Amino acid sequence: MKYKSGDLSNKHIRVDHELIAEMVSAGSRVLDVGCGDGELLKLLAARKAVDGRGVEIDRDKVNACVAHGLSVIQGDADSDLENYPDQAFDFAILSLTIQATRHPKAVLENLLRIGRRAIVSFPNFGHWQVRTGLLLGGRMPITRNLPDNWYLTPNAHLCTIRDFADLCEVVHADVEQAVAFNASGRRLPIKWSLSTQNLLGEKAVFRLKSDKSKA
Amino acid sequence: MTAAPIEIASPTPHKSSEVHAPSSQVVHFDATAPLHLACQQQLAPFSIAYQTYGTLNDSKSNAILICHALTGDQHVASVNPVTGKPGWWETLVGPGKPVDTARFFVICANILGGCMGSTGPASINPATGQPYGVTFPVITIGDMVEAQVRLIDHLGIDQLFAVIGGSMGGMQVLEWAARYKDRVFAAVPIATAAWHSSQNIAFHEVGRQAVMADPDWAGGNYYAVGKTPRNGLAVARMAAHITYLSEDALQRKFGRSLQDSSELTFSFRADFQVESYLRHQGSTFVERFDANSYLYITRAMDYFDLREGHGNVLANAFTGTKTRFCVVSFTSDWLYPTRESRAIVQALNAVAANVSFVEIDSNKGHDAFLLEEPTFFATIRGFLNAAALKRGFAPSADSTQ
Repeated sequence: MKYKSGDLSNKHIRVDHELIAEMVSAGSRVLDVGCGDGELLKLLAARKAVDGRGVEIDRDKVNACVAHGLSVIQGDADSDLENYPDQAFDFAILSLTIQATRHPKAVLENLLRIGRRAIVSFPNFGHWQVRTGLLLGGRMPITRNLPDNWYLTPNAHLCTIRDFADLCEVVHADVEQAVAFNASGRRLPIKWSLSTQNLLGEKAVFRLKSDKSKA
Repeated sequence: MTAAPIEIASPTPHKSSEVHAPSSQVVHFDATAPLHLACQQQLAPFSIAYQTYGTLNDSKSNAILICHALTGDQHVASVNPVTGKPGWWETLVGPGKPVDTARFFVICANILGGCMGSTGPASINPATGQPYGVTFPVITIGDMVEAQVRLIDHLGIDQLFAVIGGSMGGMQVLEWAARYKDRVFAAVPIATAAWHSSQNIAFHEVGRQAVMADPDWAGGNYYAVGKTPRNGLAVARMAAHITYLSEDALQRKFGRSLQDSSELTFSFRADFQVESYLRHQGSTFVERFDANSYLYITRAMDYFDLREGHGNVLANAFTGTKTRFCVVSFTSDWLYPTRESRAIVQALNAVAANVSFVEIDSNKGHDAFLLEEPTFFATIRGFLNAAALKRGFAPSADSTQ
């Protein structure tokens, strides 16, 4: 696998990564929790010249990241975020990972503590295909976004956009920006209601800020 | 062949010449520049023997210090003058290798307390004209690092591009990074720990007792009587060697295979291959290593606890660090298990340091760090290339792999 800094032209960039790259300010310090093979970190380094770090649970993916020059540690979002000091990063990012953690609330609280901003993307379980799959098929829905059988999926805590918005209130997070994408990766109009976004959005990205005044 | 539990060959002639007149470069520090030791004593004069590979650039910014382990030496990438074997990390260090000597100036020094030309218990005490023996002061990992600092100063190097080491070498890396934050751009502690565990102290104590129980140790003054505690040191090495491997590696390599015959001999000969192998490890080790050095260096490792002097909180040792760290552990290493590397990583995270951490999948035990493990090598190469870019060096031909 070859990677050159800045050379992202022939790569398919995930839509949530595209949006996250827009939300992150240039030159900032970024922690990507559940960074996988480091695609987002590479994108942010190339586009926004960030000082990026990653945490990833899969040993092989970590080794590949470090071999490609990324600062990544082998670790677990559920247990290793405790060690980071408050506001150590400008952005703490959790992309398509929160649904696979054991304690999403604790992970999100840590994210809001470690980063001045938190950015979270997740698959929307409220999407119409999921709803109709369960309603008409009577089985756990399998979609392009959620491709695994219930007994194989790494996802432990799936939620809808409304559910996630509720959690944001529970952990006293201000939603600075929330964007949903449809199945073809297009952004849904912001003026649409949350209910409509929750029905038509396949994935969502939230940018959050801890609001201590609500605590 | 079978009367003694361990058969030891006669001493090779050049071991002691490497102690007193090493074939490496040596820097001497005279009485005007004593080394202030942790035990409150001062050591002067003292010498550090070292090897270098590659070329120091004009700005003296491309130097990498490699710190060797307990029984290692400065011959990291050149033929060892005592054993005639290739350098102990020759697969990792050299032109075009992960630690690329075509790019970097690599320094490796025999540690203080060693027996390959740096001042240690086998060296002559100028005050008495006799070897120090057990009158040599007890030294620490920090003292070893302070001696290395003198060498680096002597070479005119302000900041090391990287300090790399495994096992006890990794302890020196951590000590360097904690004491000299501005002088270490990148640090690679491998298969190591920030403090020596109770189990590891216990193993070392077994080794030391084996040495001291040998009558030829002669209270540490065996040099005077022309002897050396061969059997004791060999047993120490045999016990230690087991800890460097893994149960899986031993089982795979030897199982219950017999050495020479197809049947048990109903004696205490080395019936099993694993016995024969350990005896060989013991007897070759005593050919190249000073028994008192073994006592002093194991002691230094036992005393190592980077939390001390930092309120017993490891993170405090790294407060304010700008160094880029790459921490490496191996899955089957039970001497310095991954959780001890993870403790280092957690401390570095607590001060928001720039840290990478990889656990390499290997069944070869602690010794894996000395072996050619492709994932390990790719990690070192990738980390150093990325650090070199950050340091402003031109990318190497292979920096994109």
